[in-house]
Amino acid sequence: MSKANQKGGQVISSAIRITGYSSILFVLLILFFLLREGLPALASTPLKSLFSVRWYPIEGYFGILPLILGSLLVTIAATLIALPFGIGSAVFLSEVAPPWLCDILKPIIEILAGIPSVVLGFIGILVFAPFIRRFLDIPTGLTAFTGAVLLGLISIPTIVSVAEDALNTVPNSYRQAALALGATEWQTIWNVTLPAAKSGVLTAVMLGIGRSMGETMAVMMVTGNAPVLPLQLNSLFRPVRTMTATIASEMGEVAAGSQHYEVLFFIGIVLFLLSLVINISASLVSTRSRGRAERLLS
Amino acid sequence: MSSTVMGKAKTLQRIGFSLLGLITTLTVIPIIGLVLYIVVKGAPAISWEFLSAMPTNGMREGGILPAIIGTLYLTLGTAVFAVPLGVLAGIYLAEYAKESLLTRLIRIAIINLAGIPSVVYGLFGLGLFVLFLKMGTSILAASLTLSIMTLPTIISTTEEALRSVPNSFRVVSTSLGASKWQTVRRITLPQALPGIVTGVILGVERAAGETAPILFTGATFFLPQLPHSPLDATMALPYHIFIISTQIPGMPVQIQYGTVVVLLVFVLGMNLIATLIRNRARKNRQW
Amino acid sequence: MKEFIIRNLSVKYSDDNESLRNVSIEIEARAITVLFGPAGGGKSTFLRVLNRLNDLADLKEMKGEVLFQDQNILDPQTDVINLRRKIGMVFSRPVPLPLSIYDNVAYGLVMAGEHDREKLDEGVEKALKQAFLWDEVHDRLKDSAYSLSGGQQQRVCLARVLALEPQVILLDEPTSALDPIVTANIEEMLRELKKQYTIIIAPHNVQQAARVADYAAFFLMGELIEYGSGIDLFTVPKDQRTSDYVTGRFG
Repeated sequence: MSKANQKGGQVISSAIRITGYSSILFVLLILFFLLREGLPALASTPLKSLFSVRWYPIEGYFGILPLILGSLLVTIAATLIALPFGIGSAVFLSEVAPPWLCDILKPIIEILAGIPSVVLGFIGILVFAPFIRRFLDIPTGLTAFTGAVLLGLISIPTIVSVAEDALNTVPNSYRQAALALGATEWQTIWNVTLPAAKSGVLTAVMLGIGRSMGETMAVMMVTGNAPVLPLQLNSLFRPVRTMTATIASEMGEVAAGSQHYEVLFFIGIVLFLLSLVINISASLVSTRSRGRAERLLS
Repeated sequence: MSSTVMGKAKTLQRIGFSLLGLITTLTVIPIIGLVLYIVVKGAPAISWEFLSAMPTNGMREGGILPAIIGTLYLTLGTAVFAVPLGVLAGIYLAEYAKESLLTRLIRIAIINLAGIPSVVYGLFGLGLFVLFLKMGTSILAASLTLSIMTLPTIISTTEEALRSVPNSFRVVSTSLGASKWQTVRRITLPQALPGIVTGVILGVERAAGETAPILFTGATFFLPQLPHSPLDATMALPYHIFIISTQIPGMPVQIQYGTVVVLLVFVLGMNLIATLIRNRARKNRQW
Repeated sequence: MKEFIIRNLSVKYSDDNESLRNVSIEIEARAITVLFGPAGGGKSTFLRVLNRLNDLADLKEMKGEVLFQDQNILDPQTDVINLRRKIGMVFSRPVPLPLSIYDNVAYGLVMAGEHDREKLDEGVEKALKQAFLWDEVHDRLKDSAYSLSGGQQQRVCLARVLALEPQVILLDEPTSALDPIVTANIEEMLRELKKQYTIIIAPHNVQQAARVADYAAFFLMGELIEYGSGIDLFTVPKDQRTSDYVTGRFG
């Protein structure tokens, strides 16, 4: 090998090694800048008022509890909506549908993954919210429920894809053994295949939750943006405000370094830590569906 | 087993399968409906003028050229930063990294990068690029923010594409006196290229449709002219859709849907190209 | 003349899989040395020590001494890339690189920095002729190597090694995927090649071992049981275990 060539190879090899570590660097950088901008909130805003129930920044109320609960409500509702459709479709695609049907259905679900959330929010405002308002006869269609339906839709591709992968990795011999014992295919799915894919399916659900919780635009556009504590029975059909929507709608108008600015970054820290917990536990539950999950979550 | 029990089980199965089919249909139909509805409502708005003119009358008339151009700039900018970094990092994981604590840390970091909410990326971009590095709200700051967000997709698909290349090629190439980098450059990288390109397109496509990360890093409400430098702020299709559907009263519906169609065609078009590349490569593969 | 002098070689994989225990052997130059024995006995590992291809595997330990040209190639300072150019290897399954026939054969030369078109052409032609493949492929060198039959592919793999003009050729069950006629051709070729090269082969059965061996080494569960001339080992083995294996009493 010529000397220059060899040098070039070595330079590239070291570049490759360095970029390999870059992901760690970026996570640390993100954490550092969130802390740098957001931690001062703890000095300017006592913990007690930070975790209080009133969010009204103009008058100096920075209680983030309604926002946390708003995120929680919308995320839980979205997950409950997405679960039957996501898991059901995954089972149908992997266990029931013939290959030609899968070849049609899967790309359609992939299309959903490719639709920007702002587009779903747009349809939410123009079509879905008015429909909800008329259908349920409520004062406004911009409610937690409206957001939950959109979020459910957004998280379905993630759930389908990760769960289907998990089902596909169940060895065929399991199914054959159950069928040979006289079980119907339906019984095999419920008693053998799904339990065997349990951890992967759980991962799918958790990644779906992470997806819903972090989603911003669609939620901001259709949930009505009212930072109230969603504690009543009918809160689901009233406007709420999530953490993500709060940051997105208010950060544009605050002065850098102000108390409001710091608190918004503090909410960012909360979101960062929540996503950290959800994703690390999802990957602990099932390291097998890892590669797929990474790709889908981004 | 008696035949009635068997019969019952069979009936149950028939009902169960129909139910699953129904659920899947209910998942798929809204997707098709959504896309068709948007295209039908928006297609009449599409004209050469709509694509090539500046907006007028408070964006209620004219075209959406600056938003289209802005999205193109942001997409390109994202690719410029994310592709080399992501592909090299993917090569590292697939070809160089040995199983170690450090490698596991890298993988955990990638999983976390993939899971961080897009609006948090926006905060990070604001803190690091816009304020700390004093780039201001600019195409540069927004592209950098989007590229870090895109990184995990590109890394993962690159790694996966490289891992699908049979290991025997690496062994043979090494046995013939090729260095590690020569093996990667001559054999594994070319073989994995279609998969990598697919992943890159999918990653960048998602960045093109994002709004939250560019809200405070580079997007602007309205520009009377096109951006001149990477340090200018820009309009962008996703942000523009947000603006015209929530912030401007009396917005003509046709312009709204027309703008959405343009973004959808852009994003789903890239999606389609990526799929075609992947399928073609699978068909042409020799091994 | 000895090509390799090996003393107390032990190899262990991380998962304690196939390993070598305390193997000492001296391998003759320009002769065919056959390594035989039941699967999992350490033959492949042994071959992969000689060109340090084991570096790609997950090794736990590798100790002892492997002298090649008066140098211990297990030394971390060894230029392994240069070593592999001198010690070529053919694998059990033909693995053409996903390139044209020409580029497959020229691969090692190009990797070594040879870019002169004429020299490459010359090297490729010579190697293909040595592998008795030139007549069959000289008019389709630009075709993919995958367009060839299994036997032709394996000869491309051999030509690929010969193009580097190595000193030693290692063959790991090179005919296991081929039919008897092609196998006979390749064995004939090896007898021709040993005039110029040191050949170490792990054949895929005892019959082949007996047919080609100048020298033979019997490996059993990571240990070298017996080593000597081929005629001795296959007709009057000294060790009971060798005798049992050769006569087919266990396998």
